[in-house]
Amino acid sequence: MNTEIFGTILMYGIVVLLAIPLGRYIGKIFTNQPTWLDKIFNPVDNLFYKICGIDISKEMTWKQHLLALLTINAAWFVLSMLVLTNMSWLPLNPDGNPSMSADLAFNTSISFVVNTNLQHYSGETGISYLGQLILMLWQFVSAATGIAICAVVFMAMKERTTKTLGNFYFYFVRTCTRILFPIAVAVASILSFSGTPMTFEGKDTITTLQGDTLQVSRGPVAAFVAIKHLGTNGGGFYGANSAHPLENPTYLTNITEMVAQMLIPIAMIFALGFVIKRRTLSWMIFGVMSFGFLLLTIPTVISEINGNPKIAEMGIAQPLGSMEGKEVRIGAAASAYWSITTTVISTGSVNSMHDSYTPLSGMNQMLGMMINCFYGGVGVGILNFYIFIILAVFISGLMVGRTPEFLGKKIEAKEMKIAMLIALLHPFLILSATAIASSLYAGNPEAYSGWLANPGFHGFSEMLYEFTSSAANNGSGFEGLGDNTLFWNIACGLVMLLARFLPIVGPVAIAGILGSKKYIPESNGTLKTDTATFGLMVFAVIAIVAALAFFPALTLGPIAEYFSIY
Amino acid sequence: MNKSKNTSLFQKELINEALKQSFKKLNPVKMFRNPVMFTVWVGTLVMLFVSLWTLTGASGHGSFAYNFVVFVVLLLTLLFANFAEAIAEARGKAQADSLRKTREETPAKKISALGKFHSDEVEIIASSQLKKGDLFFCEAGDIIPTDGEILEGLATIDESAITGESAPVIREAGGDKSSVTGGTKVLSDRIQVVVTTQPGESFLDKMIALVEGASRQKTPNEIALTILLAGFTLVFIIVCVTLKPFADYANTPITIAAFISLFVCLIPTTIGGLLSAIGIAGMDRALRANVITKSGKAVETAGDIDVLLLDKTGTITIGNRKATHFYPATGVTEQHFIKAVFLSSIADETPEGKSIIELSGLKQDSFKIQNPRFIKFTADTRSSGIDIENTRIRKGASDAIKNICEKAGNVFPAEVSEKVKEISSNGGTPLVVSENEKVIGVIELQDIIKPGIQERFERLRKMGIKTVMVTGDNPLTAKYIASKAGVDDFIAEAKPEDKMNYIRKEQGEGRLVAMMGDGTNDAPALAQADVGVAMNSGTQAAKEAGNMVDLDNDPTKLIEVVEIGKQLLMTRGTLTTFSIANDVAKYFAIVPALFIASIPALQGLNIMQLHSPESAILSAVIFNAIIIPLLIPLALKGVTYKPIGASALLRRNLFIYGLGGIIVPFIGIKLIDLIVSVFI
Repeated sequence: MNTEIFGTILMYGIVVLLAIPLGRYIGKIFTNQPTWLDKIFNPVDNLFYKICGIDISKEMTWKQHLLALLTINAAWFVLSMLVLTNMSWLPLNPDGNPSMSADLAFNTSISFVVNTNLQHYSGETGISYLGQLILMLWQFVSAATGIAICAVVFMAMKERTTKTLGNFYFYFVRTCTRILFPIAVAVASILSFSGTPMTFEGKDTITTLQGDTLQVSRGPVAAFVAIKHLGTNGGGFYGANSAHPLENPTYLTNITEMVAQMLIPIAMIFALGFVIKRRTLSWMIFGVMSFGFLLLTIPTVISEINGNPKIAEMGIAQPLGSMEGKEVRIGAAASAYWSITTTVISTGSVNSMHDSYTPLSGMNQMLGMMINCFYGGVGVGILNFYIFIILAVFISGLMVGRTPEFLGKKIEAKEMKIAMLIALLHPFLILSATAIASSLYAGNPEAYSGWLANPGFHGFSEMLYEFTSSAANNGSGFEGLGDNTLFWNIACGLVMLLARFLPIVGPVAIAGILGSKKYIPESNGTLKTDTATFGLMVFAVIAIVAALAFFPALTLGPIAEYFSIY
Repeated sequence: MNKSKNTSLFQKELINEALKQSFKKLNPVKMFRNPVMFTVWVGTLVMLFVSLWTLTGASGHGSFAYNFVVFVVLLLTLLFANFAEAIAEARGKAQADSLRKTREETPAKKISALGKFHSDEVEIIASSQLKKGDLFFCEAGDIIPTDGEILEGLATIDESAITGESAPVIREAGGDKSSVTGGTKVLSDRIQVVVTTQPGESFLDKMIALVEGASRQKTPNEIALTILLAGFTLVFIIVCVTLKPFADYANTPITIAAFISLFVCLIPTTIGGLLSAIGIAGMDRALRANVITKSGKAVETAGDIDVLLLDKTGTITIGNRKATHFYPATGVTEQHFIKAVFLSSIADETPEGKSIIELSGLKQDSFKIQNPRFIKFTADTRSSGIDIENTRIRKGASDAIKNICEKAGNVFPAEVSEKVKEISSNGGTPLVVSENEKVIGVIELQDIIKPGIQERFERLRKMGIKTVMVTGDNPLTAKYIASKAGVDDFIAEAKPEDKMNYIRKEQGEGRLVAMMGDGTNDAPALAQADVGVAMNSGTQAAKEAGNMVDLDNDPTKLIEVVEIGKQLLMTRGTLTTFSIANDVAKYFAIVPALFIASIPALQGLNIMQLHSPESAILSAVIFNAIIIPLLIPLALKGVTYKPIGASALLRRNLFIYGLGGIIVPFIGIKLIDLIVSVFI
C-alpha cells in the first residue's frame, strides 16, 4: 500500500519538476525569444505561414483573435462531420467499420473540436483509422487553440496599455510545432516501446490458452494516446480508454500518461509568470490550484484505499482497496489519483470506471469538473481561473477600500458583467441540462429506462456527471448511462459547444478591455495579488461559487448516496 | 468637526420618519432599482398568494400559519432593507436641514437700485426670493441670507453656524476670501454682496437632493457591485428552479414556501438591503465632517487617491512665518539694527511684520517719530519700509534689497550673502534690511511646522498616498520644510500653472490626484484634480471648480475625506463578503430540511441538529431578516479603516467578515431554532 501512495507522490513530483522549465520554454515561444530548437522549427513554421498565406507581423486586437479562433474551429467542425459520416467508404478502414449517424457525428465532432472528447461510440467498432486520424488532428489543434488564446491573454496582461496583442496564427502554429509535437513524439515513443500498438493494419487474431480465437483491435494507438493526454483531450482510441490494456499496458505507461496530461496545464502557470515577469503571481496561482487539487485528491485516495463498505458488509476482505472497476496492474491509489487529475484537468481519459467509485470520490470527481480551474485544461484552465481572480480582486479591492485593480488595471462594471456571466454559465449549463434530463426521466421512467443503469441517487449522479463532464469540456463518463441516443448526443453537443467558446470569449474580452485601459502604477495602498492572503481570497471565491451553486444537486446525488451506505 | 452636531445613530423623530418611508418604498417601481431586493419582493408576493391559497384549503403546501409566517418574515426582510435606506436618508437630510434652516426666511436687504449720488434703494425681502445676480448688503448683526461674493467692503463674520468654529473670520472684497455663506452672521462692518446661486441650487441644496435619492445616481463602483450581486442572485435562481425537477426525480415534493425561503436566504439580501444605505451614509459622514460633496462618486474617488497636493501655509506649517533671529551686519550694533527693524515694521500689518515687532521686544510707542512715510509692500519692489526725515529703512527679499543698494552704488556685503544662503538652507526665509541704501543686517523668519503633522503624513504614506507640498518658497527652504514635515515631494516657487502641470503629469502616469484650494487661480487645478476640495471661504470660481466644499476651511480635511472614501468602499466589500459567507450555514439549515422527509439518510447533513424541517426553514429566513437591522449601525458608521497596508487589511477583514460570516449564522440560526421549536 505504501508503494502505491509513493507512486502517486512520484507522479506529482515529476510533473512539477518538468513543468517549471517547460513553462519557461513556453514563455520563450510566446514572446519569440531564441531557443535551441529554432534551427529545426523556423523553416517548418515559415513553410506553414507561406502555405496558409499568414502574415505573422500583422497584429490583432482581441476581437480579431476571437474571430480567427472561431473561424478555424468552425472549418474543422465541418470537415470532421464530413469524414465521420462518410468514413465507411473512405480509405484506411481495414476493419470495415460503419459511418456514424448524423447526431453521433455531431456529438463526436463538437466533442473533439472543443477538446472535450466525450465519446458516445466505441473506438474498436465505431470508427475507421481515417476517422481516428482526423480525431487525432483535432486533439492537436484543439489543444493548440486553448494554448494560443491563453497566450493572447498573457500578452494583454503583460503590456501596459495596448490594443493589439500579437498574431493568433503565430501563437497557434508555434504551439503545435514547438510545444505539442516534440513532447507528443517523446510520449508516443515511450508508449510504443511499452507495448502500445502503432500500425495501420487491421484487427489481429490470436489464439488464447483455452484455444479460442480472439480478434484484437489495433491501429495508430501510441500516437493517438500521446496527444490525447498531452493536449488534455482524453478521447481514447479504444472504448475503455486508458483502462484498456493496449492503451495503457504497464505502470510505467500509466506514469507517462499521467505526467503527460498534467504537464502543460501546470507549465502554463509558470509560463504566465515568465511572460508577464511576475514569478510570484505564478506561485500564487500554482499554490491555490495545488491546494484545491490536493483537497480533492487526498480524500479520494483514502476513500478508495479503504474499500467499499457494502462489500465489507458481505464479509469480503478488500486488501487492495475498492477494486470494482479498477485495473489490478494500476491499483486503487493510482487509479483514484488519476480519476481526480483527469477531472480537475479537462482530460477526461479514464484508467478505471468512475461509476464504480465510492460516493465521495464520485463527488470529488464532479467537483473537479464543476470548479474546472484547479489546473484545468491546457490554456483554458488559466482562463477559467482568470475569471475567479477578477471576482476575487473585485471583492477584496472593496475590502481594503480601493477601487479594485488587477495588474494595474481598474476593474469596472463592464468587466464585472462579463466575469459574472461566465461564472454563471457553468452552473447554468450543468444544472439546467440535468434538470431537463431529470424532468424527462421523472415524467416517464419507463420510456427512458434505457438511460440509467442504476435508478435512484446513483442514476442522478450519472446524469449530473454527464453534463458536468460536457460543460467542463472534460469528456470522461460516469458510464452506466445509455448515452448514444438523440437526446444525449444533441444535448451534450450543445452544452460542450457553449461551454467551450463562451468561457474563451469572456476572459479574452476582459483581458482585451483591461489591456487597453490606462495603467495605474502600484502604491502601498494597492492590493498585491501575488500574496498568500489574496490566494486565500481566490480560493474562497472559487469554493463558495462552486459549493453554493452545486451543493443542492450534489446533495441529491453523491451526498445522499454517501449517507445511505455509510 | 462640530461635536455638538453629532447626532446619535437613532433619534426618535428620524426613526418615525424612516418607518413611514420603509412602507412607502415597497412601491415596486422603487424596488426595481435594486435587483436583489426586487426578487425578494416578488417572492413575498408569491408567499402572500400561497398563504391565501392554503387558507382556501389547498393541501400539500403546509399549514396556513406556516406559510403566513414565512410571508411575514419576508415582508419584514423588505421593510428592514427599506428602513436601512430610509434611516440613512433621514439622517443625511436632518443634517443638511439643520444647515439649511438657518438661512431660510431670513430677511434680506436687497439693493434694488445702486445710488451713485444718493443712498442705495433698499427693500427687505425673504432670502428665498433672492435670485442669482441680485445685490444685497449686510451690517453688523445681520444674518447673511444666502451664498454670495463680497463686492465691496470687509467684515468680520461668525461662521460658527456652519463650521462650529467660534473665532470670527475676516471676509473682504477682492482676493481669495471674498465668499460668504448663507446662515453666517456679520459681526462688524458692512459688506455689499452679489448672490451667486439660484434659490434651491446652492451646494447644500444639491447635497440634500443627493441624499434624498431624487438625483442620486449609482456610482460606477456601486454599479459594478450591483452586477456582482445580480449575478449571485441569478445563480440562485438557477439553483432553485432546477431543484424542482431534481426533487421530482428523487420523488421528494418541496413546498413553495421552502423553495422561496431557500431562494431568499441564498441571494445576498444582507448587502442588497444595505447597499444604498452605505452609499448615503458615506455622503452623510462627509457632511458630518463639514464637507459638502457634489456627488457620491467624489467620495468614492477620494478613497482611491494616490497623490495629495497640500499648500504649505496653513496645512503643513502654522499659518505664517515668524521672525526668529536678527543678524546685524559687521559694523552695525545690535541695538541700532533692532531699532531700524522695529521702525520698518510698525506699519507692517502682515503676520511676519508683527512677529518682528514681537521679537524686537520693543513697545509700539517706544519711539517718537516725526512725519513718517510708510512704504507698502508691492509685488514690484518686493520690499517695504519707512521714511523718517532723512532715514530710509527698507526690508525685503535679498535680491530686491541688493538691487536698491547696488543702484545707489553700494556693495552688497559678502558675509550677508552667506548668511542669506545659510538661513535659506535651514528652511528659513531671510529678510535683508537696508538703511539709506546700505545693508545693515538680516532677519531670519522661520516656518513653524504644525505639531502632529508628521504622524498624519506617515499615516497617509501607509495608505499608499504620496503627499506633495506646494509653496512659494525657494527650493532650498521648501526642501528643508518638506524633509522636516515628512512630505514625499514639493513644488517650490509654485505658480498656479505649476500645480496644474504637476497634476497633469501625475494623472498622465495613471495616478489620481486630490488637492485643496481657495483662490480663483486655483480653479483650473481644482477642476483638473480628481478630487478638488474648495474652501468655503474661497472664491465662487474655486467652489464651482472643485467637487467638494469644505465648510471648515481646514486644509488637513483632505486626509479625513480620503478615509471616508476608503471606509465607504470597505463597508461595501466587507458586508458583501459577510452576506455571501452566510450562505454556507443557510445551506446546511435548509437543504437537509428540504429532503429529509423522503431521504432520512440526509439527517447526517443536519449538523446544527435543527428541530424540524419547518423550524429549520423558518430559522434561516428569520436570521436572514434580522441580520439586516443588526448591521444597520455598521452600515451607517462604516467599517473602521486602519492604515496597515492592503494585504494586512484584507487578512483582517477576511478574518472578521469572511470567517465571521461563516460562523455567525450557524450560531444565530441554531439559537433562533431553539426559540422557534417552542412554538412548533
